[in-house]
Amino acid sequence: MRKTRLWLLVALAILSLILAGTSMAQKEKKAAAPAAKAAAKNVVIGFTASQTGKFNVEATRQIHGLSLWMDQVNAAGGVKLPDGSAVKFTAKFYDDESKKERVQELYTKLINEDKADFLISPYSSGLADASAVIAQQYKRIMITCGAASDSTYKKGYTLVYQTYTPASRYLNGALDLLSKMDPKAKTIAIVHEKDKFSTDVVNALKTYAESKGYKVALFEGYEPGTTDFAPFINKIPAGVDAIMGGGHFADTSTFAKQLYEKGFKTKMVALLVAPPEDKFAELGDAAYGIIGPSQWEPQVKYGPEGAKAMGIEYFGISVADFTKEYTAKFKEPPTYHSAGGYVAGLLLEKAIATAGSTDTEKVKAALDKMDIMTFYGRIKFDTEKSHGLQIGHDMVDIQWQRDEKKNLVKQVVWPEAAATAKPVFYHAK
Amino acid sequence: MLDQVLSSLSDGIVLGFVYGLAAMGLSLIWGVMTVINLAHGPVIALGMFGTYLFFTQAGMNPYLAILLVAVLGLLFGFVMYGVAVHRVLNAPHLSTLLATFAINMILIGIGTAVFSTSPHNVDFSMGSLDAGPITIPLTRLIAALGAVLVTVFLYSFLYFTRPGKAIRAVANNREAAELMGIPSAAVLALSFGLGTMLAAVAGGLIATFFPFTILSGGPYELKSFVICVLGGLGNPLGALLGGLILGGLEGLVPAFMPVSWVPVVEFGLFVLVLVVRPTGLFGAK
Amino acid sequence: MKTRLRFGYLLPLAIILVWGVWVLLKGEDTLRETTFTVFMFIGMASSLNILLGYTGYVSFGHIVFFGLGGYFGFYLVSQHNLALIPASLAGGALSGALAGLLGLAVLRLRGAYFALATIGINEAARAFVSNFGPFGGATGLFVQFSAYEAYGGAGPALWTTFIYLWLVTLVVLLASSLVKSSRFGLGLMAIREDEDAAMVMGVKAPRAKTIAFMISAFFPGMIGTLYFFKNGNVEPGDAFQLHMSIEALVMIMLGGMGTVFGPMLGAVTYQGLRGYLLTSPIFKSLHLAVSGVFLLVIILFIPAGVVGWIRHRIPLTRKLLE
Repeated sequence: MRKTRLWLLVALAILSLILAGTSMAQKEKKAAAPAAKAAAKNVVIGFTASQTGKFNVEATRQIHGLSLWMDQVNAAGGVKLPDGSAVKFTAKFYDDESKKERVQELYTKLINEDKADFLISPYSSGLADASAVIAQQYKRIMITCGAASDSTYKKGYTLVYQTYTPASRYLNGALDLLSKMDPKAKTIAIVHEKDKFSTDVVNALKTYAESKGYKVALFEGYEPGTTDFAPFINKIPAGVDAIMGGGHFADTSTFAKQLYEKGFKTKMVALLVAPPEDKFAELGDAAYGIIGPSQWEPQVKYGPEGAKAMGIEYFGISVADFTKEYTAKFKEPPTYHSAGGYVAGLLLEKAIATAGSTDTEKVKAALDKMDIMTFYGRIKFDTEKSHGLQIGHDMVDIQWQRDEKKNLVKQVVWPEAAATAKPVFYHAK
Repeated sequence: MLDQVLSSLSDGIVLGFVYGLAAMGLSLIWGVMTVINLAHGPVIALGMFGTYLFFTQAGMNPYLAILLVAVLGLLFGFVMYGVAVHRVLNAPHLSTLLATFAINMILIGIGTAVFSTSPHNVDFSMGSLDAGPITIPLTRLIAALGAVLVTVFLYSFLYFTRPGKAIRAVANNREAAELMGIPSAAVLALSFGLGTMLAAVAGGLIATFFPFTILSGGPYELKSFVICVLGGLGNPLGALLGGLILGGLEGLVPAFMPVSWVPVVEFGLFVLVLVVRPTGLFGAK
Repeated sequence: MKTRLRFGYLLPLAIILVWGVWVLLKGEDTLRETTFTVFMFIGMASSLNILLGYTGYVSFGHIVFFGLGGYFGFYLVSQHNLALIPASLAGGALSGALAGLLGLAVLRLRGAYFALATIGINEAARAFVSNFGPFGGATGLFVQFSAYEAYGGAGPALWTTFIYLWLVTLVVLLASSLVKSSRFGLGLMAIREDEDAAMVMGVKAPRAKTIAFMISAFFPGMIGTLYFFKNGNVEPGDAFQLHMSIEALVMIMLGGMGTVFGPMLGAVTYQGLRGYLLTSPIFKSLHLAVSGVFLLVIILFIPAGVVGWIRHRIPLTRKLLE
């Protein structure tokens, strides 16, 4: 018995030594941080990025967009505050591997150790949802981008703001377009990925379609990561007027390809996420005629004149400059994910400038009141039941068409005011 | 309804051949050395990327590329066997499971760094075959044919060549085979190489009609488990039949319930077969 | 039968006890989050070890119990406003009961066949939950932010959850020690060495295995409920990740299977390593590959894990590490 106690003591002594050592190490780290902060009025923006895993492509673009904004605002001398000082921004981020597992831990770390003043969400609704809890708990403002699900904003958060048009309005435009193209169209088939975002989208679409008198002839979900869509395509009743749904890039482009290979005949195919990507053109003939909702396209026509007509302020870079500078920097044209990342930063910049402070409460007040036009479109948030939900921004719908040289080009076909080309019917072969 | 079942079933069965081919490699390795190769999925994915690279970089015909991929797959299997498997062959199952899983992590890790996880396409189409309600892309038909050819090749190899006979001898009784002067280490390496070669070829064939990422091998690995159990672990021909059954099932089930219930049925059946008849539907006893 | 807990059994308990107290005293949120993840994996690995380490049955399906039990517990919390403790107990009970039923069927399988069956069960469970209406199907479930009010707001709720998890982790380690030092545990280890011989010697193998399976499944159900509650939401994809099962196996392997201390040590080391690799600029994009190499080296050269290796090399430690 005595021996046991002796060992216990020894173990405790060793343990406490280790603990003391680590806490010392932490203190040193802490001492270093404020010194760096005092040198310049520096605001840290924290986020996790899916540098690996299934969201890596979209997330990388989002981060590119954000970093372009940060470079520009810092190069311009930062945001000037009324007290004469200028706020500059630095980014602090970690890889979340596209998995929810560590998101909360990493955000807690960003807030407490890296002293992030403002947060940007990870890409995808699921990850953003997990991170939003932490933002709210630690009273940090979080701008979500790449996260369209409505449900995040129905949980009573007050500090989470959405840049994307919410999922519940994603495909409704395509349905309006269908009724415009063919007023006699009656039935649609919905095949969607079974994840949070796509399910939210199609549930809203189904309700909307039925309220417009459409019959939803098929309503099926597929597992994330599906590559074989033959079972779904075989189930779609012949003669439906439109096929809608999809999910994320990989599965949706596969679905489009297999629809074409099967020679399915219908008037419209409108799918989520994948069509606006330039890579979608790699599908060749299978991409022709496919419609996709997009948060933003380089062809959009948002500008100061439009803002004036609506009686709101235009803020920040122009569409043309954004496209030009993004392309110059990253050697590829921007997509809506890139624009989402950029605009998330832009919103913060605007809110800080309006508030004249980096104080969370004041910036929150500025965001709540915000109603502006940007290169990305209009930005306005719900401040009531679904606080933070994006209610200003509208989607555009794009379609892959052929130009005179028979090359595939992406055209904006909806809304009519923004259209760069007339919509065409989908027809395989 | 009948049209739907017909087209659905034919799609499933054509795909089933390729599933079977993918599972065959797993089954062969198990049969010879009772190792479950958890790096099976990434090897399938590497087969896809190999074909993709030869196709896009060297402008090669994808089917020619698959031949090259097969050779590379064989060599890769030798290396993998030497590095990860040989040392732990006689250790408890957990060791070989984790050793091959470590290879899985390494391949996925390097693959993600090199290729990212964005989807890639072998943009190669040969049109479709139309027969009444059935429309099947030619690439899939060729893949099914390829799977059959590879199976024939594998069986002639196992039954009519010296190394093939050695593999069967080692699978049957390693110690006895060694006593007969068969170099078991070399034979084991060869069979592991053949196993990965089959996986890589299956990957290459799949790449001709499905887009893929470095993570795409995962679902085929899981399906391969199901197939191996249906057809009897360690029985390569059974794997082909198991693949056909699975493909047929994937074609039939959706006609009667939502497609998303297919995995529930599939894996439920898998557990059931394991419990009731662990030697597989065509197993000896 | 007197079960005397020797020092070797007390050491892991003492470490977790002190560790938890230390975190509570420091009161730092980041520390709590990191510790939460580590404790969670200690709980997962140690509970899996009760099956894997003592009976030698390799299960890839440990995450099923985490997922299903957690789903059930979270369902009770979010849809029926049940308090966290009873909900997590209910989650654990469901997992345990499920393990009992499954065990009767699949524990008859041996070796790799059992391992394969558990992979199948995992996939079937995930597909089932994503189709199951009451659990929210593909979109899963979430709690209102206001639900945290019952625990004094979001911040305190996180601390409360952490304390529960800490207690659960302690109980897991205690259960692991008790099993190992009991006659029941001896029976299990006899099964591990040679199941047929054990049955000849009078070990009721089917019953013993099933009970071990149930004990090992109970805790992940509880941990799952706590984890999902902390996250505030749950989706099928997050709840049934095969790789988490495998990570738990890696941790056991790393620390030493069949020991009480090993899985704990393995969990701490593995999480530490991963955390380091993920945040280090050099390895960021290669962390998965580096972890893989690390795992391979362990399997090939120190298959008994760290604890097994130390026990083997330094006889003095045999009394200290169990």
